[in-house]
Amino acid sequence: MTDPQIAIMMLGLFILTILLGFPICFTLVAMGVAFGYYAYYDPARMDHIFDNRIFDLLVNQTFSVMSNDVLTAVPLFLFMGYIVERANIVDRLFYSLNIAARRVPASMAVAALATCALFATATGIIGAVVTLMGLLAYPTMLKARYDPSFAAGVICAGGCLGILIPPSIMLIVYAATAGISVVKLYAGAMLPGFLLAGLYMIYVIGRGALNPKLAPKPPKEEVEGISKSQVFLMLLTSFFPLATLILAVLGAILFGLATPSEAAAVGALGGLFLAALYRSLSWERLKESVYLTARTSAMVCWLFVGSWTFASVFSYLGGHDLIKEFVISLNLSPVMFLILAQLIIFLLGWPLEWSEIIIIFVPIFLPMLPHFGVDPLFFGILVALNLQTSFLTPPMAMAAYYLKGVAPPHVQLMEIFRGVMPYLVMVFLAMVILYTFPEIAQWLPDLLYSIR
Amino acid sequence: MRAAPQRETAADNRLMNDSLLKFVYTIDRLSAWVGKAFAWCILIMAFGVGYEVFVRYVLTAPTSWAFDVSYIMYGTLFMMAGAYTLSRDGHVRGDVIYRLWRPRVQAGIELTLFFLFFFPGVLAFIFAGAEYAIQSWGYQEVSVNSPADIPIYQFKAIIPVAAFFLFLQGVAQVCRCVICLRIGEWPTRLHDVEEMETMLQHQHEDGAAELGLTRKVEDGQAR
Repeated sequence: MTDPQIAIMMLGLFILTILLGFPICFTLVAMGVAFGYYAYYDPARMDHIFDNRIFDLLVNQTFSVMSNDVLTAVPLFLFMGYIVERANIVDRLFYSLNIAARRVPASMAVAALATCALFATATGIIGAVVTLMGLLAYPTMLKARYDPSFAAGVICAGGCLGILIPPSIMLIVYAATAGISVVKLYAGAMLPGFLLAGLYMIYVIGRGALNPKLAPKPPKEEVEGISKSQVFLMLLTSFFPLATLILAVLGAILFGLATPSEAAAVGALGGLFLAALYRSLSWERLKESVYLTARTSAMVCWLFVGSWTFASVFSYLGGHDLIKEFVISLNLSPVMFLILAQLIIFLLGWPLEWSEIIIIFVPIFLPMLPHFGVDPLFFGILVALNLQTSFLTPPMAMAAYYLKGVAPPHVQLMEIFRGVMPYLVMVFLAMVILYTFPEIAQWLPDLLYSIR
Repeated sequence: MRAAPQRETAADNRLMNDSLLKFVYTIDRLSAWVGKAFAWCILIMAFGVGYEVFVRYVLTAPTSWAFDVSYIMYGTLFMMAGAYTLSRDGHVRGDVIYRLWRPRVQAGIELTLFFLFFFPGVLAFIFAGAEYAIQSWGYQEVSVNSPADIPIYQFKAIIPVAAFFLFLQGVAQVCRCVICLRIGEWPTRLHDVEEMETMLQHQHEDGAAELGLTRKVEDGQAR
């Protein structure tokens, strides 16, 4: 067996063992060490059996994850998310947006979508958004005689926008994996994020207008009784503080005033301040946020530790080259390559979550991008759009499960899936639009950072 | 970002005085204590970096240490939380098929995989990491990022130390598998903070969700 063949065997074996359900980061480390021991085996250096360069590689890769200046933003953004999540902001946000949107068709769904998008953007934690909204907005919508599928789709899809619209943790992780600038990636993802959110919004309003049975209008007395200044006051105490926090963090990053980690640190302090304003900052909640931050950071970053060791052994054995040569020998056009890559990522999203896909599988595609003339930034945004679906497609449709877990028992999982389907179509539509008009992703980074 | 369900089981009563389970819980507590102690690094990090931004813009006098502090805190935080996360079953796993198995099958396979995929890697971490740290410690290595001479040899020592706690937790996980093989179900985990979705889902299952939610909306206090 040649070395590249062994590399392919390593990858195949890894994919098989993923299915056994063992924590992936340790599998990666162990396989990296085992295959690396073979790869770096040097008879001249056999004073004792541990004299092998794989061990140096292992610690060096680990240390480069530990001192990575991009990933430092991960725990800070997580911390900000956990603090904001506990600030009792969702209910205010939903009720005031609901009243503000009262004249729009499907007003409650519009409010739910906007709440999900804003809250998910601020926290970046999908499960919490969907669960909180499932407890708060979903019963309210059902009580207003909204169609259960229609209402479920809004919440599931809206909650997932948090991993796409900056400042999102997923984009940081992609930037660290692909070695590109987080700042540029954030700038690039802004408009595509709004594009997708806009498509969702058009769909919700459009269906609400075309088929009022899905989303009955609120009774007249609720629409008329509230003055503009009252609405403004409600938005002032709910919508604006959170929007200001997000805009401040993003603005500082995009205009180069602060690095993503610095902006994240300021955002975390801002989140603490916001929570204090809403009188929801307690010792207990601070502790919860701190501990959960540690656990989730460990989850993401240990995956990096495993993956960087695994990937460098895989690459040293020639695995990346073999796959690259194979794909190039297929004589694909760039479009076909992109479709193939995105299709594979879409399928991986069925059983896996975004963290595993980006940290472990995306690096396999990255070396092929130059050959097809694809910008890694553009590719990253396509991936980010695509991974929206990983929460919505069975068998691991986490968003749908979270909602099912808190929905009234008469709501069937199939109803939720039926409500989610149109959003999958819109994700694909957004990808096609983005491919046709790549300027959507490139305009803002060019505007902000092109050399004049 | 999943967490294992935490339900009281009938097995708990049978296991009240089981010494193996007591051992598992002792290790769990140790890992949690270590992980939680180092979790507070996030506050040092947030305030340190926040301070840097403040002095840079307001006093135009940037610090020479904030950058080093930020990654040292970040690296320490996630490395030392590794064992804690393992004890809470917080590391990602592809559990599409795994969930379908009976607990005994899960435990049998997991037990084998711990010896195949866990201990070799972690032992490599301990020994190679110790060598790496001792070398760095030997010449009192400092960071090259700033003239402030921030020491980083202690930071390198985090690798073998974190791996040592992972090893202990791994032993505890193996014991969990043994208990599960013996009684046919997974022993309960110690109570701990949970992700909000997990917490709310459990509240909901207990039928208390509506009550909890109305209370929360009324007085602005989540549970």
